[in-house]
Amino acid sequence: MQDRTATSTGAGDPPDFSVKDCALIAISTGRRARTLGELCEHLQTVSIDSIYYHFWGGLIQARFDEREYNNDFAAWVRHALHDAPLAERLAVLDPTDFADLEDLRRELLELMEQRLDESESLQWMRATRTFELIRSQIVIFDTRHRIRSPEQLAEIVPQLSTGSIFYHFVDARRRVPDHLDDFREWLSSFGERYAGLRDRLAAVEPYFSSMTEIRARLTRALEQGSP
Amino acid sequence: MSRLLEAYARVAGEDVIDHLSQLAAQYRGMKVVHVNSTRVGGGVAEILDKLVPLSRELGLDARWEVITGDPVFYQCTKAMHNGLQGNPVNLEPRWLEAYEETNRHNAEQLRPILEEADVVFIHDPQPAALLGHFPKRRGKWVWRCHIDASRPYRPVWRYLRRHVSSFDASVFSLAGFAQALPHPEYLIPPSIDPLSDKNVDLPEEEIAAVRERFHLDPERPLVTQVSRFDRFKDPVGVIRAYRLAKRFVPGLQLVLAGGTADDDPEGETVISEVRAAAGDDADVHVLLLPPDAHRVINALQRASDLVIQKSTREGFGLTVTEAMWKGRPVIGGDTGGIRLQVVDFHTGFLVSTPEGAALRMRYLLNQPRLIREMGAKARTFVRENFLLTRQLREYLTLGIGVLTGKGEWIELG
Repeated sequence: MQDRTATSTGAGDPPDFSVKDCALIAISTGRRARTLGELCEHLQTVSIDSIYYHFWGGLIQARFDEREYNNDFAAWVRHALHDAPLAERLAVLDPTDFADLEDLRRELLELMEQRLDESESLQWMRATRTFELIRSQIVIFDTRHRIRSPEQLAEIVPQLSTGSIFYHFVDARRRVPDHLDDFREWLSSFGERYAGLRDRLAAVEPYFSSMTEIRARLTRALEQGSP
Repeated sequence: MSRLLEAYARVAGEDVIDHLSQLAAQYRGMKVVHVNSTRVGGGVAEILDKLVPLSRELGLDARWEVITGDPVFYQCTKAMHNGLQGNPVNLEPRWLEAYEETNRHNAEQLRPILEEADVVFIHDPQPAALLGHFPKRRGKWVWRCHIDASRPYRPVWRYLRRHVSSFDASVFSLAGFAQALPHPEYLIPPSIDPLSDKNVDLPEEEIAAVRERFHLDPERPLVTQVSRFDRFKDPVGVIRAYRLAKRFVPGLQLVLAGGTADDDPEGETVISEVRAAAGDDADVHVLLLPPDAHRVINALQRASDLVIQKSTREGFGLTVTEAMWKGRPVIGGDTGGIRLQVVDFHTGFLVSTPEGAALRMRYLLNQPRLIREMGAKARTFVRENFLLTRQLREYLTLGIGVLTGKGEWIELG
């Protein structure tokens, strides 16, 4: 899908920023894993939006735990299979390091299969909790709000819904070249003038906080005034 | 913004209401209908009673229809409910006849409304057989299962599956509750209504009056469990935990508040067991409350330092959500949906035995600061995830999903 966040207003002008919003809904895949081997089997063939959901979906969906790990696979391996080495290896996976989600799927499988080779007990060990593979459907809609200037961005971000924050700050990394978020991508159209602001936004960690907290951090980064 | 929307905006946030308005705007010109089998009583009616007016305030053409039947129909649907929860029940042929006839009759009554609707939500098994009577339906039909159907009694599920397979989609509360069906199975966890009597903020005087009414000492710590008197809620285990903790927290008081379900023949037996276990301890308060004592329950939860829900088997456990909304950490049984809400050291503690519950009572009651911190976290957790507004958002998203198609990313113009 193409990024359509920037809407050009005329020759030479930086484009307006089109504020979009999104809502995510979870769908059961009917697949369940009780062992690491079963999870590997499912991961070979499960639809790619299930990989998306288990990395990103927890940020916008109703969630049940502290986000100790940045993806559901690492959390399950740590808390239901009690295998710290694999959990740690899975936890450092950053989806933005991969060209696409299929690459990420291959890396997940590689790490899991490698660990199965290392640890005999993991080949038969049953987890204390079933891993339910879930996929998602995301509805994206245009809010009709347009932002003309970075200064206006600072005014509007605190009022954005968590769906908008998710779409522009998290989901964007899947769509935008160089895995940027939409805000930084748009600010770069003003040249180097807002380089400082872009750096401050880059320092906001997208994985471990709720969208409400991320919105507060973005607000603080934008409030610091100077470009 | 209307008064109702303002009231929800105050608790859930204005951004949440704006977001819902934007989603609702996608339904312009469409009709949404919810169908269940009762206007009052029970969790489904409670939710629809708020969800439908809230939808309408957002500009949706939403309505709520109720099917009616005779006692044999309800006998049948009660058995179906129990069967879905895993109890071996026999669906007698005359019950099934009444079930199908009731659905046929109601289909005729509701035909003009349902045939024209764009999205129809059929709640639970009672009206599930309506679908077969609408071959010319215009919209998408979604079956919403509110029941924990993770291990259904197979003959009952086999019968129901015949009816629900033909829907365009179904909705289950948790992934673990979903059964294999030939259509998308959406997952929407339950929610609580922050403006209902059960959950609304109460004036301090009302809480004090409830304390006084039940002879609870405000100067001494109080732990409360709110639930039906049912063995799966382990009320006797709660009394045992209280006794173990009281050796270290001498002023401790315990409230066990609830009622019994009309369809639960074991209820009276369990209450006798609980009373016997309580003995003549004046600090154990066994309160049998009527089903509409929502504000009293609300006040009892708010009067408590901790809430306990020591179930040994549980569906989602909305009493846990309710207690967390009131800023109380919860000591919960390590089972079902409680596991999903109670996070050790963050929103409460999961326990497996009365000994474990006693340990956590002592741990928390000795650290009031920790109770406050965990309570605040529990309330935030509920505000972000388990309010009615989130459930409505997901219904609206689902509706767009079924109307638009099967893509993973649906971009609207």
